[in-house]
Amino acid sequence: MSNMPVKVGRMALGEKEPVSLKRQAQVLVRLWKYLARFKGTLILALLMTVISNLLALVGPRLSGEAIDAMVGVGNVQFNKVFVYCGLMLGFYLFSALFSYFLNIMMIRLGKKVAKDMRKDLFDHLMELPVGYFDRYQVGDIINRISYDIDTINTSLSTDFVQICTSVITVVGSLAMMVAISPILVLVFAVTIPLSMWVTKYRATRVRPLFRKRSEKLGELNGYVEEILSGQKTVKAYGREEQMSRRFAVRNDESVNAYYEAEYQGSIGGPSVMFINNLSLSLISALGTILYFNNMITLGDISSFVLYSRRFSGPINEFANIISELQSATTAAERVFRLMDEAGEVADVENAYSLTDVKGRVEMDRVSFGYDEHRTILHNLSLTAEPGSVVAIVGPTGAGKTTIINLLMRFYDVADGEIKIDGHPIKQLTRQSLRAAYSMVLQDTWLFGGTIRDNIAYGREDATNEEIVAAAKAAHIHGFIEQLPEGYDTVLTDDGINISKGQKQLLTIARAMLSKAPMLILDEATSNVDSRTEIIIQDAMRRLMQDKTCFVIAHRLSTVRTADNILVLRDGDIVEQGTHTQLMQKNGFYRQIYDAQFE
Amino acid sequence: MKMLLHYLRPVRWKIARGVSIKFFGSLMELFLPSLLAYLLDTAVPNARADGNLRPIYIYSGLMLLCALLALIGNIAANRMASASTRDAVRIMRRDLFDKTLRLSDARINAFSVPTLEMRLTGDTYNVHRMVGMMQRMGIRAPIMLIGGVVMTAVMEPVLTLILLATLPVIAWVMLSVTHKGVPLYDKLQQKNDDMVRIVRENITGIRVVKALSKTEYEKERFDGINTDVSDAETKAGVTMALTNPVMNILLNSGLTFVILAGAYRVNSGLTQAGTIIAFMSYFTIILNAMMTVTRMFIMCSKGIASANRIAEVLNVDTEAEELAESGSGETREDMLVFENVCFSYNGRGNNLEDVSFSLRKGGTLGIIGATGSGKTTLIKLIMRFYDAGSGKIFVDGRDIKDIPISELRGMFGVALQNDFLYADTVGSNIRFERDIDEAELRSAAERAQAAEFIAERKDGFEDMLTQSGHNLSGGQRQRLLVARALAGDPKILILDDSSSALDYRTDAAMRSAIADMSPRPTTVVVAQRVSSVMNSDIILVLDDGKAIAKGTHSELMQTCEVYAQIAQTQMGGEEDE
Repeated sequence: MSNMPVKVGRMALGEKEPVSLKRQAQVLVRLWKYLARFKGTLILALLMTVISNLLALVGPRLSGEAIDAMVGVGNVQFNKVFVYCGLMLGFYLFSALFSYFLNIMMIRLGKKVAKDMRKDLFDHLMELPVGYFDRYQVGDIINRISYDIDTINTSLSTDFVQICTSVITVVGSLAMMVAISPILVLVFAVTIPLSMWVTKYRATRVRPLFRKRSEKLGELNGYVEEILSGQKTVKAYGREEQMSRRFAVRNDESVNAYYEAEYQGSIGGPSVMFINNLSLSLISALGTILYFNNMITLGDISSFVLYSRRFSGPINEFANIISELQSATTAAERVFRLMDEAGEVADVENAYSLTDVKGRVEMDRVSFGYDEHRTILHNLSLTAEPGSVVAIVGPTGAGKTTIINLLMRFYDVADGEIKIDGHPIKQLTRQSLRAAYSMVLQDTWLFGGTIRDNIAYGREDATNEEIVAAAKAAHIHGFIEQLPEGYDTVLTDDGINISKGQKQLLTIARAMLSKAPMLILDEATSNVDSRTEIIIQDAMRRLMQDKTCFVIAHRLSTVRTADNILVLRDGDIVEQGTHTQLMQKNGFYRQIYDAQFE
Repeated sequence: MKMLLHYLRPVRWKIARGVSIKFFGSLMELFLPSLLAYLLDTAVPNARADGNLRPIYIYSGLMLLCALLALIGNIAANRMASASTRDAVRIMRRDLFDKTLRLSDARINAFSVPTLEMRLTGDTYNVHRMVGMMQRMGIRAPIMLIGGVVMTAVMEPVLTLILLATLPVIAWVMLSVTHKGVPLYDKLQQKNDDMVRIVRENITGIRVVKALSKTEYEKERFDGINTDVSDAETKAGVTMALTNPVMNILLNSGLTFVILAGAYRVNSGLTQAGTIIAFMSYFTIILNAMMTVTRMFIMCSKGIASANRIAEVLNVDTEAEELAESGSGETREDMLVFENVCFSYNGRGNNLEDVSFSLRKGGTLGIIGATGSGKTTLIKLIMRFYDAGSGKIFVDGRDIKDIPISELRGMFGVALQNDFLYADTVGSNIRFERDIDEAELRSAAERAQAAEFIAERKDGFEDMLTQSGHNLSGGQRQRLLVARALAGDPKILILDDSSSALDYRTDAAMRSAIADMSPRPTTVVVAQRVSSVMNSDIILVLDDGKAIAKGTHSELMQTCEVYAQIAQTQMGGEEDE
């Protein structure tokens, strides 16, 4: 249920992008590749569909025969009635059994395909460059892996069988009806065009209205989410009336869209019923006349009525099946598009694996921009000696985090070169390069597992003692011990109350465990309150010891002791030196430094 | 249920009209098979006897007429149902929203924001569906069911018994499959949520995952949950797949027995073949109606659960929770005064203990302290989201309990921690539905250091924000929130950690712009940074709900060790006093 608002909003989003026919064909081919792994099952399924439906089709005919055997008072041919009834029971039973097993087979098949697709998609996701996730919204990616694949899955498990069934039922019951009375079949000359009209009406008039209904509901949900998150502010400013009025507008839009869709859609159900009733009436009228003229029997009329019901069922549902298929291909298209995103460029051939890193980092005239037209770093050069601390300061948006992205090779430089211990990083395996760094980022990241696993993430071989030591050093041990489950407490979104600051301490503990020779601190203590920051200062100092450190910080106190401070402004290093040198220089650094005392 | 009836009351005549039409339309449908029976059993033999075909035409015509009337009646009734449902739900949802906005802070926390959201969206949607469905199917299905049974009983009482025997079996099958199926789907939903969580974790933490070369490990972790989801899906699907075949067997074997029993009846002259044909039509109609009724029960239980959740919120008596004006009538000289204030959220253990201070008009109060030390609680008391447990609070010289809530809240400009922006223009986000003219808007943005980046946006103040202002950076959001607080000339300005994402220069510029305002608002600043509070007239150092120190920056540097230490680490202590 918690997923519902997402889904509602999502549908509106997906259907905005029409998919070309050619693209659709490609999508189907790829979908087929997933299905083709289960060729045996598919053939068996097809066979069972045919059998089950043929069996079901015989039923009405048999019942007609049975009725015809009731010639009149005292003249009922009981032996015939028994035989036909027995046959009917048998046929229906087998048909139901077949269709049950068929259903189960298709459900299993659908889930297997869905599972494979989800696995492929997630595996591919893990290979995508970091840049991809910076560009696209989390929600969108999640929708593809859960909602879109779900749609495909449902379609695979039901539509395939349904289409087969429909075709067999339509053709089969038509054949039966023609066999009973070709003249009575003429009734469908009236009802089929009517069905088609209803179908078309639904597709062109009604469906857009339902789409609009979802959109409006999505908007309403979004509004509610926003305002409720700020309810306190609304109260603080006493703006309840005004917010209610804004809500009322959206509410009206939403209920009206619902009404419009239902108003037009309400024609559907009764129309289908009407067409059924109409064909019943016409068959009765025409049938009676034929019966009157002794051209058919009562049993014929009875079977014909039953067949006509089966015949019109799939025809009325035709539009639904088509639209379901369409949404499935649209969903598949979105899934495949994500699978087609280029992964991280592969490591070069014979890439060198870094070992025994000393930690000398050089950036040589590096230029870079997230999109080609806007360069963020221009010709940037720096050298960090092993064990030194390099601090990067500057206003928001100056390119501080970008440097980190390049060092870790989350992005590749556009121009220039980065070297570690003299090896250009493009010649290194990504794994060994990244393993050479440990980091603490501003956005703390923990996953839904135990605290122990979270601290040991990246070093599965860590002993319990090491984990506890790291936690103690990060001053989070006391807090963990207080928790009912201690280190085995599972971190969940809605579970235990853990503050942002405590989360950051956990990631600091994680970094403490790491043996990497280089360290990146990107606003590492921004969420830790001032008092705790003082307490963990020692630990941080120990963490930084003997490592090449890159430190980004707003609080200039943290960077004062750095060996080299780079002052970044609009992608250029405008000043560089130690704190004392820069203060003497009386330039941009001095300006920002003094600002904190103003 | 009572709540639903309350909202349906205003539209009761509309509903009654729609329901009557629906009733009429459904009856028309019911007549069809019996007309058919009459045609086959009476009209045709008669025509054979006297060669008069007219009755055949008349009855066929009647069938057509019935079908047509059923069509018109059903469509008209459905449309009326949609209209009355819309009218009822519109008001219900609006009331719910109004009520939600007026819930007290304690209430909101008790309900939790996500469930309130769910009640406003998912639950009202479920109720909408249920009310509509009940008017459409809820009338038709019982009529078809009862009417059908009556018709068949009149036509053929003995065969009706076969029918009646099948009905409970159908209901039982439907209910027991759902009974088994629903928990399975709940479980599936949980697994699905777990899967989504893992994907979300991996996307948000992709840098860490890659940095630690954990992609293979993550793939395995996903594989595990993927298998779980797949298994849960299969289990639920396989259980539900039982419904259709079982229903088909029941329906068709019922029909077979009708024919079998019918054969005996025909043989003894108690009935005619045409009646059996008609009977078979009724049989199908009745069984379908039975399935619909069962399905409706399931839908209804879902809808009623939603309605109850909505009623729970609507029934909260916000009037009673509204803090009454019950002050002492005392006054004080200063703008903002706390006298021995204690407060506890749950009555156990004080969240604020014995806090006192007095702030002159135009002065600035700085509050500094660790997470959970009571900073935000103090602010909530100033705005009277809660009443103090003991002690007195004075705002604008008056006892806070003497000031009507609307007047009190009108004095503030606030930028709270994690505050919200909404999908509208930059300008309306600053205005926040208040009467603020263009000049005021601009100067507020200017002072909040937001003017520059607003000017860089495509449409300036008219530029649209996305939901929750996600298209702004953290620092930009904070500046807009401060602009909102400054616009409208507040008497008291409250800034709760609202410059943490700004760099020092911008923060300093903002502070000096606020200091230059005239008249200068009385300001309360909560911050982590010493630099944000150091120029305050009074700085309060909170620790675990207690004010461990109070004074100016230079006083505290001398007297408060904790404060001096914080200042030292943050600013290097190199400052010349």
